[in-house]
This record gives sequence, structure tokens and C-alpha cells, in this order.
Amino acid sequence: MALSLEEVRRIAQLARLRLGPEEEERFAVQLSAILDHVAELSKLDVSGVEPMTHALAAGEGAPLREDAVQASLPPDVALANAPAREGTCFKVPRIIE
Amino acid sequence: MPVQDFQVVLGLEVHAQLLTKSKIFCGCSTEFGGEPNTHTCPVCLGMPGVLPSLNRQVVEFAVRTGLALGCDVRPKSVWARKNYFYPDLPKGYQVSQYEAPICLGGGVDITVDGQERRIRLTRIHMEEDAGKNVHDVSADGSSGVDLNRAGVPLLEIVSEPDLRSVDEAVEYLKELRAILVCLGVNDGNLEEGSFRCDANVSVMRKGATEYGTRCEIKNMNSFRFLRQAIDYEVRRQVEIVEGGGKVQQETRLFDHERGETRSMRSKEEAHDYRYFPEPDLPPVLVGAELIERERLALPELPRARAARYQHALGLSAYDAGLLVADGAVADFFDATLAAYGKGPEAAKKVANWLTGDVARLANEAGAGPAAWKLTPALLAEILKLVDAGTIGGPGAKQVVEEVFGTGAAPAAVVQARGLAQVSDEGAIEAAVDRVLAASAAEVERFRGGNVKLMGFFVGQVMKETKGKANPAVVNALLKRKLGG
Amino acid sequence: MTTANEALTDLGVRELGERLAGRSVSSRELVDAALARIDATDGAVGAFLKVVPERARARAAEADARIARGERRSPLDGVPVAVKDIFLTKGIETTCASRILEGFVPAFDATVIERLEQAGAIIVGKLNMDEFAMGSSNENSAYKPCHNPHDLSRTPGGSSGGSAAAVAARQVPASLGTDTGGSIRLPASFCGVVGVKPTYGRVSRYGVIAFASSLDQVGPVARSVEDAALLLSTIAGHDPRDMTSSARPVDDYLGPLEQGAKGLRIGVPAEWFQGGLDAGVERLVREALARYERLGAKLVEVSLPHTRYGIGAYYLIATAEASSNLARYDGVRFGLRAAADRGLKEMYSETRERGFGPEPKRRIMLGTYALSAGYYDAYYLRAQKVRTLIRRDFDRAFEQVDVVAGPVAPYTAFKLGEKTADPLQMYLADIFTITCNLAALPGLSVPCGLHAESRLPVGLQLVGRPFDEATLLRAARALEREVGPGPAPAALASASGGHA
Ligand SMILES: [Mg+2]
Ligand SMILES: [Zn+2]
Repeated sequence: MALSLEEVRRIAQLARLRLGPEEEERFAVQLSAILDHVAELSKLDVSGVEPMTHALAAGEGAPLREDAVQASLPPDVALANAPAREGTCFKVPRIIE
Repeated sequence: MPVQDFQVVLGLEVHAQLLTKSKIFCGCSTEFGGEPNTHTCPVCLGMPGVLPSLNRQVVEFAVRTGLALGCDVRPKSVWARKNYFYPDLPKGYQVSQYEAPICLGGGVDITVDGQERRIRLTRIHMEEDAGKNVHDVSADGSSGVDLNRAGVPLLEIVSEPDLRSVDEAVEYLKELRAILVCLGVNDGNLEEGSFRCDANVSVMRKGATEYGTRCEIKNMNSFRFLRQAIDYEVRRQVEIVEGGGKVQQETRLFDHERGETRSMRSKEEAHDYRYFPEPDLPPVLVGAELIERERLALPELPRARAARYQHALGLSAYDAGLLVADGAVADFFDATLAAYGKGPEAAKKVANWLTGDVARLANEAGAGPAAWKLTPALLAEILKLVDAGTIGGPGAKQVVEEVFGTGAAPAAVVQARGLAQVSDEGAIEAAVDRVLAASAAEVERFRGGNVKLMGFFVGQVMKETKGKANPAVVNALLKRKLGG
Repeated sequence: MTTANEALTDLGVRELGERLAGRSVSSRELVDAALARIDATDGAVGAFLKVVPERARARAAEADARIARGERRSPLDGVPVAVKDIFLTKGIETTCASRILEGFVPAFDATVIERLEQAGAIIVGKLNMDEFAMGSSNENSAYKPCHNPHDLSRTPGGSSGGSAAAVAARQVPASLGTDTGGSIRLPASFCGVVGVKPTYGRVSRYGVIAFASSLDQVGPVARSVEDAALLLSTIAGHDPRDMTSSARPVDDYLGPLEQGAKGLRIGVPAEWFQGGLDAGVERLVREALARYERLGAKLVEVSLPHTRYGIGAYYLIATAEASSNLARYDGVRFGLRAAADRGLKEMYSETRERGFGPEPKRRIMLGTYALSAGYYDAYYLRAQKVRTLIRRDFDRAFEQVDVVAGPVAPYTAFKLGEKTADPLQMYLADIFTITCNLAALPGLSVPCGLHAESRLPVGLQLVGRPFDEATLLRAARALEREVGPGPAPAALASASGGHA
């Protein structure tokens, strides 16, 4: 299955990746090859098969958390890795709604 | 007017913040406000390596709500990731439910213009709230991101497009809000955004069978804005259709200042949310015991309560509606009755106070029963003082007013203010005599057949006694003296 | 001094623990020996992204004080270890071998790190890996390649390349890695060490930077089965912070370790001996199976008919999950930020374009595509159904056998650069390991000898029933007793000597 450059660009846009022109070309070729391999799956009859959405068997997991407040981080710790901050906000370029 | 030729079709999506102490997937407080990012931890900040840990209370609230709204509460529901990029969405996805929500179906009954209608629900699902973008945090016009609200638990309640007018929409929201507040799962606060509503609006020509293209309207944080926004949007869509155009499916933001809706630039690009089952959270299993426990604990819902007030206590539909509109007031009503007495007569008296003077005082104070100094026991005591003839109507008004503000003992207030009703015939007779002597002309006219003047005489005697005379005694004396 | 250090670095966890307990050696000496060995050899190997000597020495002093007070916490107390740079370490830069996390210092420790340190283990550094654990050769590290200590021109395997190489190179006696599609077992096989991928849900993922959430598991790498069992016992068990971690109690892994292979029913799937399996690898695997038979195990032919669909299903599921897991790297709260002066959308795209290497980008693209409108059913949903079929294959096999055995990889360690041009060829290295992850089962790699021609290590893969790590480890130990541990790192003999 060949992936067009158009589609590569659409996906890159959805994934917030700015690909360069060569990268777009390369990905079109490589992803097409991978999709060709994956096309193998379409040969299988999966009608009536439940998808395995979770790796852990139902009921095997943790009990739910009780509703109790725990200490939050001091703002300086919460923001310690922030590339930019303003007061105790994470600072970002202007957001237009 | 072309609008008359069109049928409005509305469906509402309500996001109700659940009244949990901690967030849905971490232990941070859900408290409103606070300095930006002071209610955050690695989990709700979406730091690398973190995992969600589901708050049990969220599931229990969802089950409770589903049962109250007659939904099919699913034994197994599945979390899903809704993927999109936005600064207030720290993980780049919102944990929500998609293909398998916790509740399916159900409905909300409303009455508009005396007509009962059931508005069907499509589904109810649990999800996490996003954070908040703060505009113009610095001089260069940058925005800020505050994640205090990120991860606060929400129920999204989606109606079918069953609503046919703005009035129905408002009624539906009021009813739904009253139910959620009554269940103790939501505080019903539109302004603070803990009860939010988006509307899917479309129009079709009357008689048509196919719905028109819908627009999703956001940002209506009061009933007034909801009306304005929908009215505007309906006019806009009708204009487009009348002009031969086509309504574009899109998300539109209501602008309160201009009173109009506008296309959201940030949502312009076609959304492809790439939902898939959240691998970090096992499916939610709701067992029979939880359902039973929640079912048994369900409170009486506002509509059922109003019906009981009408049928068992003989209140008018209007009074019943006023009382149940705020569950706390209805609780106050029930508690007062328990302390005061049973039966329609008692109910009517208590209802009159609660929908009259007390409602006015509460309104002025801007506070609910929890904040009043007046308690059900105190109100019952005041009513008993009236019944015993210790105080009259005007005196009672004053006592209620004082007790509402101070919580003082009613009997003490009566005493301190000298409000005790005078029933002693001798004392009242003197006043009656003075009034009749001063009103010779009126007495003449009364005797000439103008019996309506009885009211005038009573009023004068009450004035003379500073409102303290027992009206029954006054009446009896007047009748005797005037030769009735 | 050098000889003494060399001797200490040759020892395993249990032995070091015993010497520490007997106070014939101090933790400080062990840490110094490990640091010296890293110093001497890591220029050639490249197993470490970061070494934390001061912190390690300070912790070693604490361990020594504890042991002197008679408060030894566990057999690991005072023993140096290292961990893949995918685990969050409070106060220590954690990059996941990606530029996008350069300089990122976590505010908390991963649960497994907490458990290791609670037990007294001394972390000496963070190990190299493929960026975001995406790769089979460690060549996708954004910082530097990692070399196979047995042949420096070859890869150690990936993605936990550093975890296997450091242990094989005698830099540390044991390490932690993660395994999403074979990322512990493949490098363990290539480097001639023991590597265990536990059952999904056996070890907490809290604080482990996510690649594919429904497949990722944390596991130990060591030079002996016993040491691997020791580490696994330390890190396994329920964690309330990970809702996908199992609440069931942890079995005793060490107790039954020496019980041998007698009576064990070992399934041999025909499908694992096809698909370009190198003849020399096959011979060693068959020899190992024959040894088991001689030890009293019973070999049973089983069929795992959906094996060939594993790669396809895996690359849809893993990339879909990854595309979502990697959305948080947006330059807002942590990590790299680029082009902030060009508006929000530009900042996002530019940050991610510069921060992610080619492999994460490729996988984000593939996963985004597999989940996008109109393709979900054909790709993601279908892959999950195939996943069910793969799990059923194993369930059926485990009706007849206790473990399934076969090769870990179709070949021995390949040359650096050999497979980088064609991503699909690289993906196919995981063909035998990947179904174990899809089926959420425990699996391990245990050395089964040296390839006749290349003299490179070959691992035998064992896969077990859910949560039956104990049987897997016992079976691996039975073989280890016969075959002996993996080889010493021949390629480093001169390197260490030269620096000494
Ligand atoms: Mg929603
Ligand atoms: Zn939090």
C-alpha cells in the first residue's frame, strides 16, 4: 500500500511534526513498505474475534484509589523543568481561541 | 418572520464537575481557584512516566447519576484517549470514554407550558477536565497555562436532539442540575464552570423529517447567555438557509459582549481525535453490589418530591416547584414539618413562610439554608407561637426577620421587642372605643350598610395597639359594638 | 589494585552480597571497582549515558554503615547496579536517550528505582538505549551508539542495549531494562547474559517513560539466572500507582531455582524455527533442547500458527500507543522547546521535529496513521484482534506444556550500521520475541552457547504461563548449570588492560 506525500503531510500535521521535504519522501517510501508488510494481517479472518484492548486480564488489576487529597507539588518543583514560566504559570506563545 | 417556518432542534452536552475531594487520577485537591499550578503533581502535569490511578468516588458518582436518570449502567465500561494538542491538555490526550461509556440511555422529564416531556439521554461518561489557558500573562502578549483544574473529574451527560425550543433547553438544564445537586454529585454552579453546557443547534423547515447541519455552541455560562446564544444561532442558521446557503458544521464560541456566536479559530482544522482504548487503565467493572448500594441510597429526586408535596400535602404545583428547586430548601421544609406538625394545613403554613418572607431574606443574604441562622426547629417554634396566639402575623414577620439574622430564641425575641399579642378584651376594648369615637362618620356609613368598612376599623384598632391586638378579639369586639 | 577490581567486577550479585555481609569487602570498594571498570571500558562500549559517582559513593557509605550496624536490608544491599535511562530517577537527568528530554530532571523516582534503593542497591548510572526504547540495536540513541562487548563492531541489540552491554562488560553485576517487543531478551541474547521480561502487570510501570503502554514491562539483566531472579523478586509486585500492575502475590523465585528440569514439559513451536533462522543459532537452540531432554524434560511439538502476524500486529499497536504517549513532548512543561517566537503551532511542530530522532518520528507517523479516521478498523482494531489470536495460540500450547522454548533472535549480534537503512529489516529482528509481549506473557533469554563460526553468544528463549516466572527461571537455571554462564567480554581484555 503506497502512502502518498499528501497523506504523509496530513499525518505529520496531525502529529505536530514538521517534516522536511526529504523526510517526507523518505517516510512515504518507508511507511509504505511497512504498511505492505502489515497488509498481511488483512488475510486473516478475524470475524467474531474480540480485540485484546488490555494486556491485563479483567479483574487482575489494582483496586480503585480512595478519594483522599494528597499533597501537591510546591510550584517551584512543578515548574522546575519548564522551558519558560511567568509567575507560577507555564508560559507559552499567545493562544488564540 | 421566516424563523416561524423553522423548527429548532437542540441537543445538549453537559459537563458536570463531580464533587470529589481529589482529582480523578491523582491525589491533588479539586478545590476551585488557588495560585496557578499549586494543585498539581507529576500525574496531572502529564510528566513523562506517570500513570493514572482511578478515584473510586468518581465511579460511584457516575453509577448514582446513571441510576437516578434511569440509564443502563454498564457492568463494564472502557476508558479511551481523545488525542489532540492544546496547551491546557498536558498529556496531549484527554482520558475519557468513547465506545463503551459507563451509562447508556435514560432520560430527564421536564414540564414546559404544562406539557410533560421526556428528553432522552444518549449516554453519560466519565472524563478528566483540562487545565486553563490564561491570556496575556506578560507584556509581550504571551499566554500562561494553569493546570490546577487538569484532572478534575467530570461527567459528560449527552442528550438526544429531543429539545425543540430554548424554553425546553432551559427547563431541561434546570431539571438536570437540580437532580445532580440533589444527588450530591455536583454543586450546580454555572458561573464557576462546575456545571457547563454546550449546545448542538440545528434548524429544519417545519414538516421536514431530516435534521439540518448542526453547530456546536460553547461558552454559555448562565441561563441568560444560553438563551441569547441559541436565539442568535437559530437566527443565523435560518438566515443562511433562507438565503439558499448551507450551514457549515463547526464549533462556535458565544461572545457575551457582542451577544453572538463566532467560529472558533483554534478548532478550525478538521478534528481527528484518534480515539483508542486507554491502555493505562483497566476497564471499569461495576458489580451488582455497587449498583444495589447506590440504588438503596438514592435520595428522593426533585420531581418526585414535588409530586409528593402536591398529592400528599396539598401544595400547589407552583409552591411545590419553588420548594424543590433547591434541595436544601426542600430539606428545610421537611424538617420544619417534622418539628411542627403534619397535614396540609401545617404544610401550607410552612410553605408560605419558606416561599415568602424567608425566601426574600435568603435572597437578600444571598445564602442557602446551610448559612441561615434560622433553623427548622426555630421556624416551627415561631409557627407554634402564632398558633398559640402569642404573636400575630405582623409580630411573626418581625420575629422571623430577627431570628433569620441572629438565631435568637423566638420567645426571647417576642419578649425583648414586646411583640406579644394582646388578647385581653379589656385592653382591646378601650382601643376599640377610642377608634369608634374618632371615626363617627365611618361608623355612620357602616351602619348605613357599607360593611366593607369593617376592614378599616380593624386596621385602625391594630394601629392603635401597635399591631399587637389579637385580630380575632378585635373582630369580635367590633362586631358587637357596631351592632353586627 | 587493578586485579582486585577486575576480580570484584567479575562477581555476581549474590556473591557480592555475601562478601558484603561477611564484611570481607565494602560497598564503597564495590562501587569504586565498578566506577573504575566503567572508566576503563565505557569509552569503547558506550553503555552509559550518565555516571553518578558522588551519589553512588555517598549511598555506598550509607550501605556500609548499615551493614556495620547489622542492618543489612537485603542481598542487594550495597551492590552496585545500573538502570536504563528510561526510568525516572529523582534528581538525576533522565533522557530516554532523546534530545527532547535533554536536561530533564524528574521530581520523583520510578517505583522500581524506589524498590531497588529500598533494598540497598547502589545506582551508579543511567544506561544507553534506543531513543524512547524504539529499536533493536541501540543505534537509535540520540547521544551515542552502544557496542557489543564481545565484538565492538557489532550492536549489543536493543532497545536495552546499554543494560545488556554493561552487564556483559562487567561494569555492573546487574541492571534493569524494559522490554516492549524483545528489548531485554534480544540484547541479552546478543551479549550473552540473562534477561527477563516478566508477565505484563508483574512489575510496576510507574515512573517508566512509556513507549507502548500495553506492552512495556520492566525486567532484570544479570550474568546468572539466580541474580536475575534476585532482582526480579526485588522489583516485582503490586503498585497502587499503576492500575495495570497485578494485585496477586509474588511467587518465590529463588526457592525452586535448583529443582531442575525433570518432568518439565517443554513446547517446541515449529513456527519459531522458520523465517530466516541462522543455522548456527538453530543448532545451539536444538542442542539446548536436547540437554533438557537428557535432564528429564519432555519435548512436545506445539504450534503457534499466528507467529508470522506478530510483527504486523505489534507495529500497529505499539506505534499507535506510542503516537499518543509521545504527544506530551510539546515544549510546554519540560524538555526541549523550539521556535517559541513563531507562535504556538510552530513551537509544537518545531520542538517535536528537532527533539525526536528519525525512529520515534517514523513510529509516531505510523501510529497516528493507524488510529486516524477511516483507518482505525482496518489497522488498529484488526491488530488487536490478531493479538487475541496470538494469545489463544499460547493458551492452547500451555494446555500441553509448561514452557515454550526456541531462539530469541534469528541471528547473533549484527554489525553496527548493517540494518539501519531499512527499518523493516530491523523490525524483523524481533520476530520471535514479539508475540510474548503481545500475549502479555513472561519470557526470558538465557545463554545457550557460542555460535560455531562467529563465536558470538546465542540465547535460548523460554516463554511461560502468565505469572509463572518461577517455572521459567527454574528451567533457565537447569540449562545454565549445563552450559555455564555467558562468555567473558573478549573484546575488552585489551581495553581494560590498556587503561589500567
Ligand atoms: Mg467531553
Ligand atoms: Zn495531581
